[in-house]
Parts: sequence; structure tokens; C-alpha cells
Amino acid sequence: MFIYIARRIVYVIPIVISVALVCFLLVHITPGDPLVAVLPADASQELAAQLRVAYGFDRPLPVQFGLWLWKALHGDLGNSIATGRPVLAEVLRAVGNTVTLAIAAATIGFSFGLFFGLVAGYFRDTWIDKVATSIAIAGVSVPHYWLGMVLVIIFSVQLNWLPAVGAGPGGSGQWGWDWEHLKYLVLPAITTSVIPMGIVTRTVRALTGDILSQDFVEALRAKGLRETGVFRHVIKNAAPTALAVMGLQLGYMLGGSILIETVFSWPGSGLLLNSAIFQRDLPLLQGTILVLALFFVFLNLVVDIAQAAIDPRIKRS
Amino acid sequence: MRMIGYVARQTAAAVFMLTTASTLALPQSASAETVLRIGMTAADVPRTLGQPDQGFEGNRFTGLTMYDALTMWDLSSATKASVVIPGLATEWAVNDADKTKWTFKLRPGVSFHDGAPFNADAVVWNVEKVLKQDAPQFDASQVGVTASRMPTLISAKKIDDMTVELTTKEPDSFLPINLTNLFMASPSKWQALYEKAQGGDAKAKSQAAWASFAKDASGTGPWKMSKFTPRERLELIKNDKYWDTARVPHVDRLVLLPMPEANARTAALLSGQVDWIEAPAPDAVKEITARGFKIEKNEQPHVWPWQFSRVEGSPWNDIRVRRAANLCIDREGLRDGLLAGLMVPATGTFEPGHPWRGKPEFQIKYDLPAAQKLMKEAGFGPSKKLSVKVQTSASGSGQMLPLPMNEYLQQALAECYFDVKLDVIEWNTLFTNWRRGTKDPSANGANATNVTYAAMDPFFAMVRFLQSSMAPPVSNNWGYINNPKFDALVTKARTTFDASLRDEALAELHAASVDDAAFLYVAHDVGPRALSPKVKGFVQPKSWFVDFSPVTLAP
Repeated sequence: MFIYIARRIVYVIPIVISVALVCFLLVHITPGDPLVAVLPADASQELAAQLRVAYGFDRPLPVQFGLWLWKALHGDLGNSIATGRPVLAEVLRAVGNTVTLAIAAATIGFSFGLFFGLVAGYFRDTWIDKVATSIAIAGVSVPHYWLGMVLVIIFSVQLNWLPAVGAGPGGSGQWGWDWEHLKYLVLPAITTSVIPMGIVTRTVRALTGDILSQDFVEALRAKGLRETGVFRHVIKNAAPTALAVMGLQLGYMLGGSILIETVFSWPGSGLLLNSAIFQRDLPLLQGTILVLALFFVFLNLVVDIAQAAIDPRIKRS
Repeated sequence: MRMIGYVARQTAAAVFMLTTASTLALPQSASAETVLRIGMTAADVPRTLGQPDQGFEGNRFTGLTMYDALTMWDLSSATKASVVIPGLATEWAVNDADKTKWTFKLRPGVSFHDGAPFNADAVVWNVEKVLKQDAPQFDASQVGVTASRMPTLISAKKIDDMTVELTTKEPDSFLPINLTNLFMASPSKWQALYEKAQGGDAKAKSQAAWASFAKDASGTGPWKMSKFTPRERLELIKNDKYWDTARVPHVDRLVLLPMPEANARTAALLSGQVDWIEAPAPDAVKEITARGFKIEKNEQPHVWPWQFSRVEGSPWNDIRVRRAANLCIDREGLRDGLLAGLMVPATGTFEPGHPWRGKPEFQIKYDLPAAQKLMKEAGFGPSKKLSVKVQTSASGSGQMLPLPMNEYLQQALAECYFDVKLDVIEWNTLFTNWRRGTKDPSANGANATNVTYAAMDPFFAMVRFLQSSMAPPVSNNWGYINNPKFDALVTKARTTFDASLRDEALAELHAASVDDAAFLYVAHDVGPRALSPKVKGFVQPKSWFVDFSPVTLAP
């Protein structure tokens, strides 16, 4: 197991460097001026040249990349061009808010997904299966930003039960785990949860149905094992694949959703990316993409290790 | 099945509890403090350290609220043009012997929010924060948004405690107007933060001091910083000791919330989370008003134009073609249809009533027969259409609804024998190309560009487009206009130092540009905002800016 984990960690190093290079190049090859956030189009040429030097954009791209990577390795992602604030602090604050949202959404989405999936798989081809499958299809089909707007119209505008936007009455800086704050989380979390809920439902349903049709289940029943015992075996066999799917879904959610966070003005990494893109704030854009990509890589690593722990066949392969 | 029943019962109980709890958790009472909550269109709180980013929305919310400039805009009237008035300077005059030197008398008895006095040292310090590279307080991040708006200012010198001398690199009568963009931050507050700042060298310490200043700002404005959560909210409280007693805010606290998505802003207003939103979703205006909210709007110093290429071979070099295009657009139809009333038809950069409007002979209006006649005289007709190409964006600051509006123009101009092709590119790219000009490959063969502009001051409204020396890469004369009459009028305006005579010269320049049909003038934005019926006393001036001081909140 130790060798397996060490090998997986070694694989991560080239992935991280590639991710850093790709995200650096992606934001630099797009057309437009990187200083557009602080330099109006009507600024003089002298002023533009002066600021290019001040921000280091006059240097060759490989030099800029080298400097950026070196600083990034030391935990310094530079300062935002638009705000002057350190990128790392901005990203960590936003990621913290996205993690809050992702965990709430994952709790809702995975719970319902597992429940609907198991029930649908167990009662396959019955009306229960059809209802659960319909919910799953709706979950993956409905555009989540549209659902978000509909929820806002119903629960905020019409019923006035829940807030439409924001992350607490005093902002996320004063976040607390009481209803005054949690009510701000309800609508974005439900909106974020529908896609993972649908995907987990469909995955678990297929797995459950497949496992229940296997010979060993018949053998278990023939041995006189009660249905709850059989079900326990089904869950155990379905767990590695379900875990991998949930890990990926959690990764997507931790990456933040630009659309959902914009609809709800939730100050997470999606909204931060949105702002960085529109302000063409290259250090912020690079830093955010890098941190999110690393998050995703790290999460995949954890999922791989967890899968190997659950299913020894994966480790051996 | 028993399991399903159990889950259903538990779910029903949870929903009931959630519903009850949320109903009980609704806001119960208001405190004695009056709080005005505003949803901005910005995705982030504009910079708070004195020179805001995010264009004029930044100046509106974090510039003019916490800071003052030497000269200010009169924002008191909804009907008159907003003009420059004394701010932290009470009077100013150019030196008769040397027209590059100006003397500004400062307003006595003004203090920064930290209690330090405002004086000539503070003015010199604030000029040097953006113009003197070796000054400790020099901050490159504030230079772009400031120096470009006062392009001729080069230095400041203290004459006495309440008098400063400002020097420009060439005679420039626009200086008092341009100085509305230089906000006065507190040098003593910054110095205290600088001394506490960590950093390897003076530059690093200076950056750290500015970062700290942004979190705990100090200006002389009618609002003081109270709480700041980056990217989420800025809370300001009223400055009881504001030097202009008539502008001491009536509301105790102003909460500014970034909400970039129009539907989210609208929902926040309708659900009572905010009292005021900027730029409501146009298709929600009916519902907003039906629920008793107010829509405020007024003509803004903003122009939605096509800027023509005037290089050799351009189809726009024929004045009959330029005038025909201007006569071919039913602007009232555009306003009442597509834009649901949220625009003012443009008949130039400035509309009648503005001191820089002048008396153009060419009247821009919808006159299809006249437009068709001009096009026929120019050699075009139903069987021989004039092909033109315009570069535009799908979105962008101030662009309103660029694609639908351009498609409207495309259809309208087809009636006048134009064959319009649209080249749609990303907003930042279009904006960057604006500086490169029509000869640059980035223009992609376009002979017009559609970039909206602010028309607050003469340089940005006219000079940068009309003066031949402003051709790329110097400034935004994208189409390489080279008209000796314009050049002479610009020089005349810039070197006329009596304010009323300067305005007359600017009016002459504007009239000449309209007579020349220098642009296809289409629309002015109206800066729509939706207000709760509780919000009273608001005046929307003909400006990008507003004054929050007279606003009150009914219980």
C-alpha cells in the first residue's frame, strides 16, 4: 500500500507542473492587454510602457513563467492587478466559501443520490425505479443556473422565506453555523446538488442492479442470508465505483460554479474566476486556476488511495 | 417499503421545521440606525484606497463617497447639465505670464477622517502618489486610472499652507475639469501605516501600506469607511463633520454589495435584501414598477456610436454617406422598442442644454427620404449597395445591448442602401483594438468600430477622437480623423482660460463635429437604477455620478 501511495504521489508532480504551465500559457495567449484593469484604453503610450515595466509584463514569457513558478513554489502567487491584494489570500478565502457550499451540496446531493440509486436499483423496473430515475434525469438535465433563478423567484421573491443572494448578513467574513447564516446557503446548495444527485443516482442504480443480478448474490440468498445482509454486500461491491464518481463530483463542486455563484452572488472561487476573467486580472486568474487544479489533482489522489483501501484489486493492478 | 415511508415522514417533518424556522427568522424589526443597501453591478467592491478602479462606477461608489477632489461635479440637479464646481479648492487661476502654471486656493477648515488637516502638503503628496516615481507613496496601481485622466499635469508645489501651484506640460485649460479625478487621501494615515508596514524595501513597505490603507481608508468625503470585506461588501458611515454641512448624509450607514448578475440584483431588490440596485434587468422593469418600486434614469454623458475610419479608401470619407447614416436611424423606435425606454436618442455627443453643445447646422434625426437622397447623390441605390463593416462586441461596460442594437442598425441602414457586416469580437479585445486604429490588422478590415465612451470632460468626449495628433498609437482617434478645423478648435479651446470662453470654444468644436457627422451618433445611456419606495430625496443628475447625501429612508 505504501508503494502504491508513493507512486501515486510521484505521478502528481509532473501533473502539477503541466497544470501550472498550461494555466500560465492559457491566460497569456488570449488576446487583449493584461493591464486593462488598471490602464484605460486612452492612457498614453508612455504610461502604458511604464506600467508594463512596473508589473513585469515587459519580460519574455519564459522569464515571466519561471519567476511566477518560483514564487508559487514559495507560496506567493503575486498580487491581483485590479485590487493589489495578495492572490493567495483572495483565492483561499474564495475557496473556503466554495468548500462550504460544496460540502453542503455534496451532503444533499450524495445523500439523495445514494438513496434514490439504491432504491431504484433494488426495485428495478417498478414504479419506484421509474420515479427515482425520472428525478435523476431531471437532475442532470435541468440547467442549474435556471433552477437557481426559479428557486430564487419562488423562495426569495414570492415567498420571502430565504435570501436571494450573499453569504450571510455580514458577508462570509462573519460566517456562523446558525440559521441566520445557513439560510443563505440553502438555495445555492440545493441548486449545486442537483447534478451530482442525478449522476450518483444513475451510477448507483446501475451498479446495484448489476450486482444484484450476479451469481454470488443468489449464493448469499441460498445460504439463507437476510435481505439486509445481502444489501450490505451490494453496497460494499458498489462502493469503489460510487466513491470514484462522488470524488469526481466533489472535485467539480470544489472547483466552484461560475454560474451558480454568480446567480447567488456567493463569494466563492467561481465568482472570483468570473471577476478575474472580466477584469482580465492575469495573476488572479492564474492563481485561481492553479489552486483549483491542484485541489482537483489532490482530491483525485485521495480518491485513488481510498479506492485502493476499499478494493485491494485496484492496488494490485 | 417501510423504509420509504419512514424517510417520507422524516422529510415532511424536516420541510415543516425548515419552513417554520425560516418564517420565524424573517427580519423582525429595524434598529434606530438607518441603513441604505445598494446592489452594484460591479463584480467586486471598487478599490477603496483613493483612486478607484472599475471606471466611473468605481468613482461613484468608493471615490466620491469617501474622498473629495480639488474640483467636483455639481450633482444637485436632474435637469441642468452637471458642471464643475469648487471642491477642496475654493478658487483657481492660471498664471498670466506662464499658462502652464495654475494657482489653487484650498478650502480652510477641512479635515481627513483620521483628524489630520487638509492642506497644501496633502495636495502635493496626492499628486506625487501618481506622478513622482521616486516618492515613497508612489503607487503604480493607481497611476493608470488617474494619470490618463489628467494627461497634462506634471507636478505640484506648495506655495503656502492653503495654496498650491500645479504645473502642466503645455497650456491646458481643461485642468480644473480633469482634477475631478484626483481624490485626496490622507497622507498622515498612510504614513502611520507605512511605518508599521512589513517589507524588504521601501517599495514593498509602500505597497503594504497602500494595502492596509485600502482596508482602513481616510479621505475628506461625506462618508467614512466602517467595514470592508473584499469582494463582498463595503460599509460606510456618515461623516457628521463633513465640511459641506448641506451634504452631510441623512442616512447613517451605506452598504455597498457587488452583484454582477442583473437578475440576481433584481431578485435581491424584490425580496427586500437591498433598497437600491443599479441597472435592473431590462425585462424586469415592468414587474419592478408593478410592485411599487421606482425606476430612476436620466441622460448620461455617454455615447453609443460608430466611429468611422477616415483613412484613404474608406467609404465614410464622403460626408454625404456619413450624414445619410445619421439620418437613417429611427432612434426613437430603438428606444421605445428594443431598449424599453432605457436610452436617450443621440443627436451628437452633447444634447441641447449642455454648455458644450453649440449650434450645429446639421440636425441629426430620422429622415429616411433625405438619407436615401444623400446616398443616391453619393452614387448608391437599391441595386448598388455600399458595403461597410463594423467591429463590435457581444457585451462590455457601457455597450448596452451591442449585438441587438447593431442588428437594428444593420436593418435600418439597409433601407439606405448600406450592406452592413458585423465583426463581433470579445469586449476586452475590441477595447484594446480601439487604441490600435483602423490600419492595424486587428481591425480585420472594419471601417467602423463600436466602442462606447464617457463624455464627462472635453478630452475624453472630443479631443482624443477629433484631434489629428491623437491618432494611434497616441490615443483613440481610431479612424485617423485629420481635419484642420478640428485641430484649430481643439487648440483654441485648450488655450482659452476664461471658463465661459473655453466652453464657447468647446461648443464650437462640438458643433463642427456634428456638422461633419464625425460619428454615427446613436444613443446615450440613462443609468437606470431601481429604488425601493422607502428611498426618498434622490436626485439623478445628468452624470455618471450621484450624490447619496440627500437620500433618506422612510420607515
